[in-house]
Amino acid sequence: MADQAKFADQAMEYMPSLYSAAMRMTRKPADAEDLVQETYLRAYRGFGGFKEGTNLKAWLYRILTNTFINRYRSQQRRPDETNLDDIEDFFLYRRLGGLEGARANRSAEDELLDLFTETEVKEAVESLPEQFRIAVLLADVEGFSYKEIAEILDVPIGTVMSRLHRGRKGLQKRLYDFAVQRRLVGDEGRQEESTSVAEHP
Amino acid sequence: MTSDGTEPGLDPGDLISQAACRESLTELYWFLDGELTVERRTLIRTHLEACNGCLETFDFEAELRLVVSTSCRERQLPPGLQERIAQVLAELTEER
Repeated sequence: MADQAKFADQAMEYMPSLYSAAMRMTRKPADAEDLVQETYLRAYRGFGGFKEGTNLKAWLYRILTNTFINRYRSQQRRPDETNLDDIEDFFLYRRLGGLEGARANRSAEDELLDLFTETEVKEAVESLPEQFRIAVLLADVEGFSYKEIAEILDVPIGTVMSRLHRGRKGLQKRLYDFAVQRRLVGDEGRQEESTSVAEHP
Repeated sequence: MTSDGTEPGLDPGDLISQAACRESLTELYWFLDGELTVERRTLIRTHLEACNGCLETFDFEAELRLVVSTSCRERQLPPGLQERIAQVLAELTEER
């Protein structure tokens, strides 16, 4: 059994990543702060039930996720859950794969960073329906394994994989929509002119 | 179609490589997620060394992942949050 007095020493270091996840979940700084604070309070009270030597970060994420779902789900349920199954695999690569890396001496990452602003990436993640967004955050941002995510969300591993698959496709579709809006690419997925990259509407 | 399910007239070498591409792409996310066995990882790495098309796809997806994870992190905690939580926890500890 874990000693409550040791809780702060062990748990405080995870606050930056918990806060980042809370921001993507609630989308609002004030709500994210409340969510993180409540997570720490609940975790402190429940720390006696934490088995020392097991994964504290995953345990904190489990509390964060449950708190978010219980407190914010009813406010945030949205009817616009587009059909993520209709999006083909590697949606973005098939359309933008030729763009990045087109110029010599630049990494694919630099090219991708030119295509999308940080705000657009955040918006794309935040636009995903809740259960897909949480799965993508846990895997792609926090790097939890399928097994850890299954334990955090209390669902079977197959469900984790399905949510990740659909969430990632939805994310790519949303990013592509941003690229089209900014006229980085034409409807066919081809870059119209290399100069158009600099033109923001 | 022939009785073994393959298209007639195709070079068997092409068929093998198409199957390898299909398998690699099917396992792309498991690969990036670190969810494959060492044996499967090694097989995919070997394929990527020989297949530029698949390598580009893997590279794109890996870089996109990096961009997503970097963009989604807040650079700083809001001022005072850490102190506020530490104080609440300290008060709860004293009450025990």
